[in-house]
Amino acid sequence: MKITEDSPPVLTVLDRPNSYIGRSVPRPNLQRLTQGRGQYVSDVSLPRMAHVAFLRSPHAHARIVKIAADKAKKAPGVIAVVTGAEVAKVMTPWVGVLTHLKGLKSAPQYPIAVDRACWQGEAVCAVVAKTRAQAEDACELVEVTYEELPVVADPETALDPKTPVIQPELGDNLCFERKLEVGEPDKAFASSDAVIETTFLFGRHTGVTTEPRAVVADWNEGEQRLTVYQGTQAPHMMQNLFAKHLDLAEQQVRVITKDVGGSFGIKVHTYADEMATVALSKLLKRPVKFVADRIESFVTDIHARDHRIKAKIGVNNDGTITAFEIDDLTGIGPYSVYPRTSGIEANQVVNLVGGPYTTPNYRAVARVVFQNKNVMCQYRAVGHPIAVAVTEGLVELAAAKIGMDPLELRRRNLLPDDNYPAQSAAGLKFEKLSHHETLAHLDALMNYAGLRAEQKKLRENGIYRGIGFASFIEVTNPSAAFYGVGGAKITSQDGATLKLDAQGHISVHTGVTEQGQGAEAVMAQVAATSFGVPLDRVRVVTGDTDNTPYGGGTWASRAAGIGGEAAWQAGKALRANVLAVAGSMLQTKPETLDIRNGVVVDAASGSERLTLAELARVAYFRPDTLPAGVQAELMATRHYVPRAYPFAFTNGVQASWLEVDVETGFVKLLKHWVVEDCGTIINPQLVDEQMRGGVVQGIGAALFEHCLYDERGQLLNGNMADYLVPMAMEMPDIECGHVVSPTADSELGAKGAGEAGTAGAPACVMNAINDALRPLGAQPLTDMPFTPEKILRALGKV
Amino acid sequence: MSDTQIDIALTVNGEPVSERVDARKTLVDFLRDDLGLTGSHIGCEQGFCGACTVRVDGEIVRGCLMLAAQCDGATVETIEGLSDSGEIADLQKAFAERNALQCGYCTPGMITAAQDLLQRGGVPSRDEIREHLSGNYCRCTGYHAIVDAVEAVAEARAGGRK
Repeated sequence: MKITEDSPPVLTVLDRPNSYIGRSVPRPNLQRLTQGRGQYVSDVSLPRMAHVAFLRSPHAHARIVKIAADKAKKAPGVIAVVTGAEVAKVMTPWVGVLTHLKGLKSAPQYPIAVDRACWQGEAVCAVVAKTRAQAEDACELVEVTYEELPVVADPETALDPKTPVIQPELGDNLCFERKLEVGEPDKAFASSDAVIETTFLFGRHTGVTTEPRAVVADWNEGEQRLTVYQGTQAPHMMQNLFAKHLDLAEQQVRVITKDVGGSFGIKVHTYADEMATVALSKLLKRPVKFVADRIESFVTDIHARDHRIKAKIGVNNDGTITAFEIDDLTGIGPYSVYPRTSGIEANQVVNLVGGPYTTPNYRAVARVVFQNKNVMCQYRAVGHPIAVAVTEGLVELAAAKIGMDPLELRRRNLLPDDNYPAQSAAGLKFEKLSHHETLAHLDALMNYAGLRAEQKKLRENGIYRGIGFASFIEVTNPSAAFYGVGGAKITSQDGATLKLDAQGHISVHTGVTEQGQGAEAVMAQVAATSFGVPLDRVRVVTGDTDNTPYGGGTWASRAAGIGGEAAWQAGKALRANVLAVAGSMLQTKPETLDIRNGVVVDAASGSERLTLAELARVAYFRPDTLPAGVQAELMATRHYVPRAYPFAFTNGVQASWLEVDVETGFVKLLKHWVVEDCGTIINPQLVDEQMRGGVVQGIGAALFEHCLYDERGQLLNGNMADYLVPMAMEMPDIECGHVVSPTADSELGAKGAGEAGTAGAPACVMNAINDALRPLGAQPLTDMPFTPEKILRALGKV
Repeated sequence: MSDTQIDIALTVNGEPVSERVDARKTLVDFLRDDLGLTGSHIGCEQGFCGACTVRVDGEIVRGCLMLAAQCDGATVETIEGLSDSGEIADLQKAFAERNALQCGYCTPGMITAAQDLLQRGGVPSRDEIREHLSGNYCRCTGYHAIVDAVEAVAEARAGGRK
C-alpha cells in the first residue's frame, strides 16, 4: 500500500511493458462531445417517428372519473390519444419488491394511471402527434374529470390508524421495516461518560441530469422486433423488462444506449412514462419518442433521501465511542420503484451507520412509508450521504462535548489498518481498508494545524470559518448479494469480448455503459495493457444489447472494478490465442512470445518477431498457409463477478473549509479535500474527476437542493429557478489524494470510485458549518439543506 | 406567411438559411429540429442551465429564450460552426486533456461561454472564470476541471507558461 499522486503506481501483475494502468491518458471519445457531435437520445430521429406528450395529474391523489378526448383527437397533427386502460392491454403492470428485503411490499404500477392517480405528475393520458408541440397543444384539449382523494404527505403520520391507506390492498402505508440490534447498546449508553442525541433531517432531492430522460421506441411490426434507444445505465436490465411486460422474448428486444447526458442513478430505473412510450410504439406500429421536459423531470425523475433520523451516540472521556443508535423514517412515493425497490436506501443506512468504527454496540430501526409524492429510489451514493452525515455528525458533536479534537477522536475509534479482514457492528465485511492512512494523508494535505491556527486568528476579527471532516466507507463492486438474490433480473456479473481485426487493431465490447464517467477509457486502457497494443488501436463498443456481452451496466460503482476485470481477463485470453497462432507461424513455443506495443516479440529479448497486422493478414486471408489443425481464434470473451466478498468496500476521508457570514447566513466554500482508497487506480485523472463531481453533488444536497412539498402533496419548486443546483461560482477547488489497497478478489484490484465524493461531502459541510458557529453558541445544524434562513435561526437572528 | 408562421433569412455557421418557422418556435428548437444542428442542447427551456448557449451577432445568448423569428437577418454561430472554423480548437483540446467534461451535454454551451470570456483578452482569475461560467450548469465535473482548462487556454493564448 502506498500513497499515489499522478505518477503510475508500481503494480507487479499489472506492470506489463506497455502498461496504461495508472496513467492519466485522455478519454478516447471526447472530441466528438466537445464539437457537439455526440448522439444523445434527444438527438435521435427515425422515419415515421411520432412524439408523445403526457397529460399529468395536477392532484397528488385523485380518482380519474372521466377522460374526454374527442377534441384532442381532432387537433392538428394528432395520431392517437391513449389512456391507461388502453396501454394496460399491451403492457402488464409491475411490482417493485425484492425477496431479500423481507416484508417489503408494494402495489402494481401501470405505465399510465388506471382509475387513480397517486402523485402529482403521474401520467393519466398520452397524446401522440407528429411533433412534440402538437402533442402538447392537444394535451390541453383533453378534459379529465377528477375526484380528489385524501392525500398522505407527512411521513410522521403515515402509519397512524386514522391516516388513509394509499394502497388499500396492502393494509397499511408501511413499505418496509428493518430492525437491527448488535451488542448491548442500552448498557453501553448507560455507562458512557456522555450521550448525545439529536435529529437529522435530509431533504428530498433529485438528480437534475443535464439531459432529461429520453427514449425512442421503435416496434417493427414486420420484424416483430422492438428497438429502444434509451438514455439508461442498464441496457440489459431494460431489455429484460421491456420483454417481460410486453410478453416478448428478450431476443425480440434490442436496447441501444448512445451518449447519455448524465445519469447518477436517475437513469437506472423503470419509469412509467418510458414504459408507456414503448407500449405506444407497439400499439401504433411506428417509432415514438419521449423526452421529459425539465418540469416533468422534477415530478417524475426519482427523488431520493427524505429521511428523518433520530440518532444517539455514547462516548467516554477517553474518546471511546461506546454505541450508536438510529431511528430512521423515510417517506417514499405511492409505489416502490421497480425493480430495485424503494427500500434499499433505508436498508443501506442501517448497514452503514457506524461503519468506519470499532464500536460494537448498535441499534437501528428503519421504516419506509408510502406517500402521495413522486417516487423515491436509488440516486448516487444511495444511503451513504445519510449514514455518513449521521455518523460523522454524531462523532463531531461527541468530540465537541468531551473537548477532543475531531481527528483525534476518529483516530481512537477507526478500524485499525493492520487488522483485516474485519467486520462492522452491522455485519459488513471488509477485505482491506485504510482509514488511518487516508486520515494521516488528509491531515498533511490540508495542513490541518495551520488551518486551525488561521481559524483561531480570524475569529478574533469576527470572521467565522469552520473545518469539518467525514470518514466514510463506500459500497462498490456489488456481487449478486445486492439484487440478484432478491429475485431481480439485474446481473452483477459483466463481460467483455475482445476481437482482433484484419489490421491488427482490437475492439472491446463490454456490458458496462458510458455515462460520462470514462468507462470507455478505462476499458480501453485495461484491454490495451492486457493484450499488448497501443491505446490508439483499441475501440470500445458499449450500450447495445445486440452487440455486447450480457452485463449489468453502470451502477453502484461497478464499471471499472467488474467490467474492467472482465476486459483484463479477455485481453489475456486473446493474447494467448494470438500467441498460439504466432507460435505456429514462427515455429516456436507460444510461451516464449509476448505481445508488446502491438507487435509479437520474443518474450526474453523483446525483439520483434511478427506484427499483429501480418498475423491477422495470414489468419484471415491466408489460413491455408497455417499448419493443418491450426485454427486461429481471434476473438475472446471473459466474464467476471466478485465472489469472495459481497461488496468491495472503499474508504476515505474528506474535509471542508468554509466561511459563514453570520449576518446573512450565507456559506462560502473555500476548499474541499478528499483522500480515498479505491484500490488499483486505472486512470488517476478520472478517479479525481469522479471525486470532484461527486463532492459537488453532495454539496448541492448540503446547501441547496430540496424538493419542497406542501401538505397537499404539491411540489412547490419543480423548476431550475426555484430548485437550486451548484453552479461554478459557489463551488470550491477540490484537492484529491489517494491510498491504494487493491482488492485481491480480482487480478486488476480495482474498486469503485464513482460515489465516494457524494457519500462524504454533505457530512463535511455540515460539520464545518457547525464548527464555524460553535463559538457563537449556535444550535448545531442537522437539517439539510443548510439555507441561510436555517443558519440565521440557529444563530437566533431570525 | 400567416399569423402563426414567419419567413426568416439568416446566416448560420456561415451558410445562408431561409426557412418558414412557427412564430412560437425557439431558436434552439429551430437549430435542432429544422437545421439538424443537434450540438446545441436543451436542458431546461427556461434560461437557467445554459446548455443551449449559442452566439447571435457576436453575443452569446440562450437559444431557448430567443425565438427563431427574432433571428431574421442575424448571424448565428453554433458549436458545429465554431468547431469547424477552428476558433475554439485550443479550448476543445484543453477540455479533453483535462477531462473538463464527462457526459458532454453541457460542453458545447460551456465552451461557447468560455470562449466569450477569453475573447475579451487577458488572463482572468479563477474566480472570474467561475463567475462567467455561472450561467452554465454542469452536473458531472464539479467545475474544477473546467476552470483549470479555461485557465490553461487563457494563459496559453496570452503567451504564458502553459
